[in-house]
Parts: sequence; C-alpha cells; structure tokens
Amino acid sequence: MPNMSKYKVKMPQQHPDVRNKNFKEVALGYTKEQAMEEATRCLDCKNPKCVEGCPVNVPIPQFITAIKDGKFEEAYKIITSQNSLPAICGRVCPQESQCEGKCVRGIKGEPVAIGRLERFAADMSMDIPHEKIVDETRNHKVAVVGSGPAGLTCAGELAKLGYSVTIFEALHEAGGVLMYGIPEFRLPKDLVAKEISKIEDLGVKIETNVIVGKSITIDELFEEGYRAIFVGSGAGLPKFMNIPGENLNGVYSANEFLTRNNLMKAYDPENNPTPIYVGESVAVVGGGNVAMDAARTAKRLGAEHVYIVYRRSEEEMPARLEEIEHAKEEGIEFNLLTNPTRIIGEDGWVKAMECIKMELGPPDSSGRRRPVEIKDSEFILDVDTVIIAIGQSPNPLIKDTTEGLDTHDWGGIIVNEETMKTSKEGVYAGGDAVTGAATVILAMGAGKKAAHAIDDYLKTLD
Amino acid sequence: MYKILEVKQLNSLVKSMVIEAPYVARRCEPGQFVIIRSHENGERIPLTIADYDRDKKTITIVYQELGFSTKLLSTKGVGDYLEDVAGPLGVPAPLEKQERVLGIGGGVGIAPLYPQVKKLAELGVEVYTILGGRTAELVIMEDNFKEYSDVIVATDDGSKGIKGTVVDAMKEIIDEKKFDKIIAIGPVPMMKAVVEVAKEKDIPTTVSLNPIMIDGTGMCGGCRVTVGGETKFACVDGPDFDGFLVDFDELSRRQGMYKDIEKKYDKTHSCKIGLGD
Ligand SMILES: Cc1cc2nc3c(=O)[nH]c(=O)nc-3n(C[C@H](O)[C@H](O)[C@H](O)COP(=O)(O)OP(=O)(O)OC[C@H]3O[C@@H](n4cnc5c(N)ncnc54)[C@H](O)[C@@H]3O)c2cc1C
Ligand SMILES: Cc1cc2nc3c(=O)[nH]c(=O)nc-3n(C[C@H](O)[C@H](O)[C@H](O)COP(=O)(O)OP(=O)(O)OC[C@H]3O[C@@H](n4cnc5c(N)ncnc54)[C@H](O)[C@@H]3O)c2cc1C
Ligand code: SF4
Ligand code: FES
Repeated sequence: MPNMSKYKVKMPQQHPDVRNKNFKEVALGYTKEQAMEEATRCLDCKNPKCVEGCPVNVPIPQFITAIKDGKFEEAYKIITSQNSLPAICGRVCPQESQCEGKCVRGIKGEPVAIGRLERFAADMSMDIPHEKIVDETRNHKVAVVGSGPAGLTCAGELAKLGYSVTIFEALHEAGGVLMYGIPEFRLPKDLVAKEISKIEDLGVKIETNVIVGKSITIDELFEEGYRAIFVGSGAGLPKFMNIPGENLNGVYSANEFLTRNNLMKAYDPENNPTPIYVGESVAVVGGGNVAMDAARTAKRLGAEHVYIVYRRSEEEMPARLEEIEHAKEEGIEFNLLTNPTRIIGEDGWVKAMECIKMELGPPDSSGRRRPVEIKDSEFILDVDTVIIAIGQSPNPLIKDTTEGLDTHDWGGIIVNEETMKTSKEGVYAGGDAVTGAATVILAMGAGKKAAHAIDDYLKTLD
Repeated sequence: MYKILEVKQLNSLVKSMVIEAPYVARRCEPGQFVIIRSHENGERIPLTIADYDRDKKTITIVYQELGFSTKLLSTKGVGDYLEDVAGPLGVPAPLEKQERVLGIGGGVGIAPLYPQVKKLAELGVEVYTILGGRTAELVIMEDNFKEYSDVIVATDDGSKGIKGTVVDAMKEIIDEKKFDKIIAIGPVPMMKAVVEVAKEKDIPTTVSLNPIMIDGTGMCGGCRVTVGGETKFACVDGPDFDGFLVDFDELSRRQGMYKDIEKKYDKTHSCKIGLGD
C-alpha cells in the first residue's frame, strides 16, 4: 500500500537566517530513512507520466522502487544508464516543469520528490566509476570544445564507446557554468570536480586555457588529426540593457559578478585576491536562475538590501520554483512588474536606479503576457550596485573563425536535431551554443545524442 | 603548466619573462595579449605579448610590479612554472604598409609597443618611436627599438634624451615630418594627451586599452569601454582602438573600481607571502 501523504518528505536545510551569511549548501539532502519513506509515495505507474517529462528519459519509477527496497547502488545504476551527472541534475533541474510537473501524485497534493531522490541516490554512490559501453578501443580521435555539461557528457559517452577524446576549455578550470555560474550554496564545487574526475577516469583528456578560435581553430583541430569535433561552447555572452548609466562603477553583468565569486572565489578574500564589490543595496535585474543566484550571492556577501527587479509577474519568472522560494526566505525583496529605465551615478559610481512600473498586456511571441509600461509611474530605487541578469547569447568566436559553420542571426549554431550535426562535415554541436541559454539536462541530452551520432559517423570512415 | 625559461630585471620595477606557451606562440600576432595566473587561486591578470618565438614555442611578457598579483608573479623564477597562460587573446593590431608611422610608448607601455614596431618595420614602414618615462631608468628596451626604428627618448627630469613628456617630443617631430599614423601605448593620461594633439593635426591614432579583465573571452563584460559612443568589450573587440573615439575618462574611472579593496589586500597579504613593500 503506497504512502498517501499529500506532502513530500521535507528535506533538511540550513535555516534561512544562517545560510544567507554563508556559502555552504542550502539543502542538506535526505537521510536513508527519509529517502526510503519518500520513495513509498511513488505509485510505480504502468504508464509513468514523469518519464515523459524527463528530457533524457530516466527510468524514474524503477530507480525509486530500488530506493524503496534499500537497493541504493542499483538505483544509482538505473539513473546513470540515462543520466551521467545525476548528483548535479538532482540539485539543479527544474523538476517542477519536468518530471515532477507530470507526476500523477501532483494532481492531489505534492508530486513525488523525484529530484531529491535522484540526488540522494547519486550522493550515496558517487564513488562508483562509470562503466565503458564497449571493451574495444577505437582509433579515431575526437575533440570536444567546452567543458560544460554538454561537452562533459559528450566526451564521457564517446570515451565509453572507446574513442580517445580531448576536451579544450577556454578557462583555467573545467565545468562551464557548473563551476563559474551556479554558486557553491546550490551546487558544491567539490561535487562538480568529482564528476569531472570520473569522466577523466574514462580516459578523457582536458586541456584548459585553450580558446578554440584563438589558440587553435576548428580547421586546425582537423589538421591535428581529430576526425570529429563537438562544439559545446555554451551561451556565455552577457546581454546589457542599453540604458544610460550602464558603464558606471558598480554595474556588473551577472556573469562577471558570479565569475568573480564562484570561479575566482572572491567570497573567500583571505585566500583569493580577486576583488568583488557589493554595496549596501543591490538591484538585480532579471527573473531567471541567474538573477536568483546573483541576488542570493550579493546577500551572502553582506548587502543589507537586495532587490530583484523583474518586468513581468512572479508567475512568468523562469527561475526554478525552489530558488524563488529560497530567495524569499533569505530576505531578497521582489520588485515585480518593474523595469529599469536608467542608472543614476554620482562621482562615477552607482547611486540609484530609476524604474518604471509595468502591467501585463496580451501574450507575446513567447506565449507569456507582454509587459507594458504604466505611464508616469517612474520611481527611484536607492542602490549602489546593479547586477544585470537579463540573459546570455552564444559567443560568436567559433562562428567567426570557422568557415562553413552556419548559425542563426542570434548566434545559435544550426544543427540537425536528430543528430546534432552542423552544416560543417564532422562538426557537431549541442547545449546552450545551439539552443541559447537553457538547462543543464538539455545540454547533457544534446551531448549524449551527439556522441552517438559521432560514433555512427566515425564508423562510416573506417 | 608553463615553464619560465628566462627572467630579466629591466629596471627596478619592470621585469621580462620568457615563458613556454605553445598554443599562444603558434598563432599570436602583435597587439594580442595573454591572461595568466601565476599560482593556484591567483588572480587572472592580462599581459601583452611583448615578443614571441614560434620555433621555440615561447612568448615574452614584460610587466610592472604594481600590486599583489604582479608581486606574486615576481616570486617565480627561471625553471618555475606559471599555473595558467591563456591566449592569444584580443584581435591583432591593425598594421599595414604605410609610408611613415610614429610609435609612442610610456612606462611599461613601451613593451606592448615593441611587437607592433617590429612588425611595421618588417612591412617596410619607416618607423619613429618616442619612449618616455619619469626618469632614465624607467625607459626600457631602447636597444630593441633601435633595431627597427629611429628612437627619441623623453624623460620628465631630463636625465635622458629630451626633458619633457612624450607629448612634448611628439609635438616637435610631427612638425618636422609627416606621419600617416600614430600608435600610442601607455598610461591613460598619456594616451589621452597624445590623442588631443594628434586630433589637431588629424593624424589617425590607435591606442591600446587596458581595462580590468577577468576571462578575456567576452564572457563577463567587465572590460567594457565606450568607443564612438558604443559599448565595446576591450578583450574581444580590442585592445587596440581608434584613439579619436575612446572615452578615456570612463576608462580611468573604471580602472579604479577596486583601488581601495586592492590596496588593502596588497597591504595585508604581501607580508603573508613574504613580499613586503
Ligand atoms: C548562474 C546560472 C544559473 C543557472 N542555473 C541553472 C539551474 O538551476 N538549472 C539548470 O538546469 N540550468 C541552469 N543554468 C543553465 C545551465 O547552466 C546551462 O544551460 C548549461 O550549463 C549549458 O551547458 P553547456 O555545456 O551548453 O555550456 P556551458 O556550461 O556554458 O559550458 C560551456 C563551456 O565552454 C567553454 N568555452 C566557450 N567558448 C569556448 C571556446 N571558444 N574554446 C574553448 N572553450 C570554450 C566555456 O568556458 C564553458 O566552460 C544556469 C546558468 C547560469 C549562468
Ligand atoms: C589587455 C591588457 C594588457 C596589459 N598588458 C600589460 C603589460 O604588458 N605589462 C604590464 O605591466 N601590465 C599590463 N596590463 C596591466 C596589468 O594587467 C595590471 O597591471 C595587473 O593586472 C595589476 O595587478 P596587480 O594585482 O599587481 O595590481 P593591483 O593592485 O590589482 O592593481 C593595480 C591597478 O592595475 C589595474 N588592474 C588590476 N587588476 C587588473 C586586471 N585584472 N586587469 C587589468 N587591469 C587590472 C587596475 O587599474 C588597478 O588599479 C595589461 C592590461 C590589459 C587589460
Ligand atoms: S508519475 Fe509519480 S507516482 Fe507515477 S511513477 Fe512517476 S514518480 Fe511515481
Ligand atoms: S574580460 Fe570578460 S568580457 Fe572582456
């Protein structure tokens, strides 16, 4: 008889007033008992809706059943048959719009806590190495550009298929957004490093400090003997608002603010020289995960007031539900239906931001109701730091240096969605570089799909 | 890891280092730069590629000890390794065959001017260079420049060459000779002053901008500068720009963003790593 509680088993977490002053992980994870109890809420549906909602088709009821039976290692293996980074996905996937959004238990009450269970299974069995898919080694070399979730997954999958794979990463550390974007309190960097080392254990080489397009071009990689190339270079180019005052001291892109804090560890100035500036009051413009991360980071760095300034209403916010809730608990103040019009400076530094109130009009091309300005509703928000988190687009560097690689006007690389093959022979692409800023799981899914298409392609060269 | 093959003290503040960096040495061009971290957990600091040797797979950097990270870099010597060297970054300087070009370098800005002058000379351009510093010992690399150009030295105290600034020297020579172009690299006030004079004579002038950077790949936007009323990212659109269009005051201001934090950090941490002042 399944457990018919309407509510998920609560996950222990740091108290909001404690955690908004430290960078340790917010959510602490289930104990064995809590996980097994939550697992009993799953109905083990014959036609599991949750799996339809999962972009990589993790066999969800099967792994939950294994947890229920106390077979944690088996649960882990079931998940990793489809998802090679479960400890990460369990923490950062937008479950409410994927698996949990479809779960039948969600019709009356809360859905099964699939994300928390995935995280539990992964954390329990992190030390189990990845298994190769084939025993033989193949003699073709493959290059992967970028070490975010798309690149890591593609490289790992190709290594499991017997190929010799090298990842080229522009920064000094591998991991992409997992390292430089998503903060420690949501995704501990030790854990990301562990996942990366497991991929290296499969034989994948990672060369950091190589900017493809600058240090070496795609065509030169082919000349060096790589027979196929996967481009997983992400969407790293920050957008600005083009309003007056954006170049004042104290205005950051979220990318810069988060990179200083996460990759360069500015939160620990005792041991890291990279500086970061937060004043007393901080405005973060945007409503996605990036905005929530920047806001919660600013709070932890000591800002007294942190405002989210978002032009639509909470319902349209693209951030994960849990992050919005956590942000509120931590004291982030939400200015919804509000849009900045200019940043006001004094002696070259931010002093305030002028905003205008918005209301929702008819739906736009994205299907969300379009915000329109309310006339004469301008007001001044006193802030000394402004962080802009209104989106990123793909970096044009690779497009500009690779002949025959077609992209959309907005910069995304054009691919055949079945195979992730680009317009250039032997070149595949996936993740944010193709879709624009999206999610970790979609990037992983694309990396995996491309790996198998590359395998098929290289077999035709034999 | 990137091995240090040679270290030279060019004057009391400035050092040059030859570093093994195969990817950079293979493709770099004058005007481009690298981002280095000397140590794990170090800061990423941008430094111009002052010279390179494709066969030996090496590059040369010339840097001034300013604050914490450049002092930390100086704790490494021949045979040691730098943690990270990434590049080449930025677009190559726009150099073409012209009649006559004037290079102007101030302080440690003399070093990044060198590869540009060398390349111009190789293209068959007649090059004059003005090298400036507060005092004689701060004028570096004079002999290197003499190989490729006619050199004029200017020092504030007159201890070498003309007594005066590079701008004083510039005013003199542009009256005497016709230049197709000026390349000015140095402190922001120097570049600004050069541009003001060049504008009067309508001599096209490129300058090399050094805003604060992190990634150097266009990812953070921290390096944004205003050129011709538009925002540009110096790391990917530059670092060389048309001097007539640059908003130098904004650049100065943005460079000072962390002044207070950095001073404090340097004070408290330099002792800790045994650097002292
Ligand atoms: C702050 C923040 C929070 C987020 N939160 C979530 C979340 O909670 N849940 C979620 O699902 N998604 C989240 N996302 C989105 C998610 O992180 C991305 O969709 C995902 O990382 C994309 O993966 P990727 O591999 O395509 O690219 P990236 O992770 O961006 O990795 C690309 C890598 O390629 C490197 N690179 C780029 N150009 C070159 C080049 N020319 N040569 C060599 N290397 C290059 C980059 O340095 C980088 O390491 C968040 C994003 C941000 C910025
Ligand atoms: C494209 C480019 C090329 C450069 N080339 C050279 C060179 O060839 N030789 C040389 O000596 N210097 C060069 N610089 C400047 C050099 O990067 C800084 O002097 C160095 O980062 C100072 O670090 P610090 O910790 O020693 O000093 P700090 O105490 O950190 O700073 C002293 C001053 O240096 C500047 N600065 C600090 N951090 C950075 C940073 N990350 N990026 C840029 N400027 C910063 C600021 O104006 C600061 O006020 C270049 C800068 C750029 C952007
Ligand atoms: S839909 Fe919900 S109840 Fe059904 S199998 Fe999936 S997780 Fe279990
Ligand atoms: S240094 Fe980050 S975009 Fe230029």
